[in-house]
Amino acid sequence: MANRIFEVVSKTLDDLSSRPSVKKLVYSAAVIFLVSFILLPPVIGITFKLGLAEQVFSDPALLSRAESAVFWSFAIALSVAALDIIAGLPLAWFITRGHSRWINIVDALADIPFVIPTVALGYSTLLFWGSTGPVSVLSFSIPPGLILVFLLHFAFSFPVVVRVMVGALMAHNTIYETAAKTLGARSFTIARTVTLPLLRPSLIAAFLLAFARSLSETGATVIVAGLFENGPVFIKNAKDAGLEGPMVLVSFTLILSSVAVFALIRLLGNRLKIPINNVLPDPEARLSSKRSVNLRDGFTLLIFALFVLVPSIYITLPATGALTDGTLQNAFSGAGVWSSFWQSMALSYGIGVLVTLINIAAGLPVAVLVARKRLGKLGTTLLDAVVNVPIVVPSVALGVSLGFFWRSFTFIPEFWILVFSHMTITYTYFVQAMAAAIEGIPEEMEETARTLGSKPFHVFRKIILPLTKYSFLSGAILVFTRSVDETGAATAVSQTLKTAPVLLVSWVKHQVPVTDSDIALGIAFLVLTSFAALLALRLLVYRRKK
Amino acid sequence: MPFLRLLNVAKRFGAIKALDDVTFEVKDREYLCVLGSTGSGKTTLLRSIAGILKPDEGEVYIDGEKANDIATEERNTVYVPQNYALFPHMTVLENVMFGPLAKEIDKKTAEETAMRVLKLVRLDKRADAYPNELSGGMQQRVALARGLASGAKLLLLDEPLGALDVRLRIELRTELKKLAKESGFTVIHVTHDQEEAMTIGDRLLVLRRGHIQQHGTPYHVYNRPERIFVANFVGNTNFLEAIVESRSKEGSILRLREGLKIRVQDPSFEPGEAVIVAIREENVSITPEPRGDEINRRSGEVTAVYFLGSFTRYVVKLTNGDEIASRTPVKEAKVEINQGDWVSVNFDPGNTHIYEYPTLGLPSELEAS
Repeated sequence: MANRIFEVVSKTLDDLSSRPSVKKLVYSAAVIFLVSFILLPPVIGITFKLGLAEQVFSDPALLSRAESAVFWSFAIALSVAALDIIAGLPLAWFITRGHSRWINIVDALADIPFVIPTVALGYSTLLFWGSTGPVSVLSFSIPPGLILVFLLHFAFSFPVVVRVMVGALMAHNTIYETAAKTLGARSFTIARTVTLPLLRPSLIAAFLLAFARSLSETGATVIVAGLFENGPVFIKNAKDAGLEGPMVLVSFTLILSSVAVFALIRLLGNRLKIPINNVLPDPEARLSSKRSVNLRDGFTLLIFALFVLVPSIYITLPATGALTDGTLQNAFSGAGVWSSFWQSMALSYGIGVLVTLINIAAGLPVAVLVARKRLGKLGTTLLDAVVNVPIVVPSVALGVSLGFFWRSFTFIPEFWILVFSHMTITYTYFVQAMAAAIEGIPEEMEETARTLGSKPFHVFRKIILPLTKYSFLSGAILVFTRSVDETGAATAVSQTLKTAPVLLVSWVKHQVPVTDSDIALGIAFLVLTSFAALLALRLLVYRRKK
Repeated sequence: MPFLRLLNVAKRFGAIKALDDVTFEVKDREYLCVLGSTGSGKTTLLRSIAGILKPDEGEVYIDGEKANDIATEERNTVYVPQNYALFPHMTVLENVMFGPLAKEIDKKTAEETAMRVLKLVRLDKRADAYPNELSGGMQQRVALARGLASGAKLLLLDEPLGALDVRLRIELRTELKKLAKESGFTVIHVTHDQEEAMTIGDRLLVLRRGHIQQHGTPYHVYNRPERIFVANFVGNTNFLEAIVESRSKEGSILRLREGLKIRVQDPSFEPGEAVIVAIREENVSITPEPRGDEINRRSGEVTAVYFLGSFTRYVVKLTNGDEIASRTPVKEAKVEINQGDWVSVNFDPGNTHIYEYPTLGLPSELEAS
């Protein structure tokens, strides 16, 4: 029966898709959605409140705090992204070109900070480097503040660089390296003069992604910031203090400057020349020796373990303690703070599911428009730029603007305001993943299918979707996890409803009476449920495949 | 009634005219080869017929019906791109069943049809294989089978043999035509390989820069090229610049550089007009001893010798500096001729063609794109 209904629906959609008017309608609806739900709300939201920013100019101390916060946001993001490239590239090289039998394990471990919600990562970092953490045995600890923020940002943006560069190195045709080798070049010289210049677009992309992730992060940064303020922390503090003016000023500055810096890096990045003319035979031969390579690999792995991996998973230790001290029973019985915790979890996952479904439906036609350049060169460039705005702009700044916009419609319940905000923050991920995947399918395949009698939606169901299902899945997973993990925008938007990460930040900051075991277990639940959701999705796809 | 008819079809991409005022007809079950170099508009032509591209001007009629506004999937034309576009996630059988299923034929009938055509292309034993497990030749046959099974009547092949090695290409040429004829297809086969086009096509259509240069049987196009470009593109031809000296009922006398004279059969140009003379290389014979200059027998020095298997190609520099090449069957060569030898070159006035001197000069006229 279900099959029959599916067939009838599919056939109806196939037939409808053949009509040019229906196609136009679907694409127009998707673009209208993009403009009215993703682009305009933050722009209008912040523009209408700009007047409030004037308050700050009459308070020099506040203005100086705001300036310093914005400065540190960029200083940290730029330096962290640069360090990520320096440390991440050798690891990506080790994973793709190394011969160690541990490569697969290192590859999997490199993703861990990526899948752990940043709030958990923040708390884990706080504990690891704190006065009761493992480093304290060396009579050394790092208190909350600038250095800890820096270490945290390095840890969570590092996997982005590794993932992008591993992908680029895997896809890179090694024929050029082979040719260079036969011409007598040493491996270091080849890497410097052949491989890296060819991978320049990926290096720029990796740098930009790490930069954006650092610029945008809020939840974890708030946890480890102490008295230090970068842009997002300043906005969070201003919101807690009920100061709208400073919120508007810093959000507006962050939005404008991040778009400008992105555009600048994109422009200058393409002009960046990696020096390739000079070859230094002796030092480069020494750097290419087996000993040097082993030394480099060892050092890379040490940095990865010490500054990324162990601080990220340290949280598991205190969480284990919570299993035996009665916290677990409290949690399951919903006693005390746990009742609000489970409500927040349900809210986070509910929003996650809704946002994923909406973004899939609204994003697919836009992904097709971008991938197939249906709007011409200029139209596609514009559309692509608009699609990318949400990941370029710090989410907390975006959240402030979205909050102003959506709350002006008093009839919209807070739940939907949260949904709309999460929708904006996560919109880019699915569209980008699908656009890239569709672009990889030769258009001729679609055209041939059409000449064989297949209608546009039939082509999509039978050819495009099966060939892009992994990108579809990873796009959906990215939207879902990013939504569940989102702290900045949720903090800025929420009034009475608190999503799980927002609630956990308030726990860590002891804004509610909780024990350290409560915090550790709460964070462990968030991590575990994230993993479980991912696993369930993967199993679902695997079963379909079988 | 022709099966396919194009009337004044034009297609532009920005400032580039990919097709310009293209008009021709294809009869039912005819095998038409479209010959042209890269950028000549061959693929645009196929895609316009398939409905993948919409012509900016002109009309496309398929089976008597104007097709300009008919959707691609309703046209009953199968487009096979150079890389075959086999669906990589489907088996051979699923690929071949795709067309019938898309046209809502029930699964059992679709499978029967697919197996029948797979048998025809001798791939029924590989029905469960995936495209990447097949050789280039097999993939090509699957692409054909997929077209056959779809029930389409017009097959649009874009360089279908281009991705195969030379031997296989030659083998599959005849097989392709045989299969198309047996299945009652009307075929438009696009290629840049003149030998392939001549062997396989019932008729040839030569395209250059989006314009039709000539349309006719391979014999006609080869022996009576209507333009300098066609004479150059189809076959191997010598071109000499000349002025018409005189003309009579028997033909014309032309003056080459340095006053050398030759006779041609064509009397259609006025004395004093600048012309281009085209002589096929195989119509130029070569004799080892220079026997004194006469009209249509000129002496010269051999500047290059190329052994081509069954032929030898000699390039001879005439006393006026013009170069002329001759292709001589190896079995007819009685004496060995080497570079630096002085020889006589001869040709029959009946085997020459003359053309009006092109406004932009000969090199520009010979350019393919």
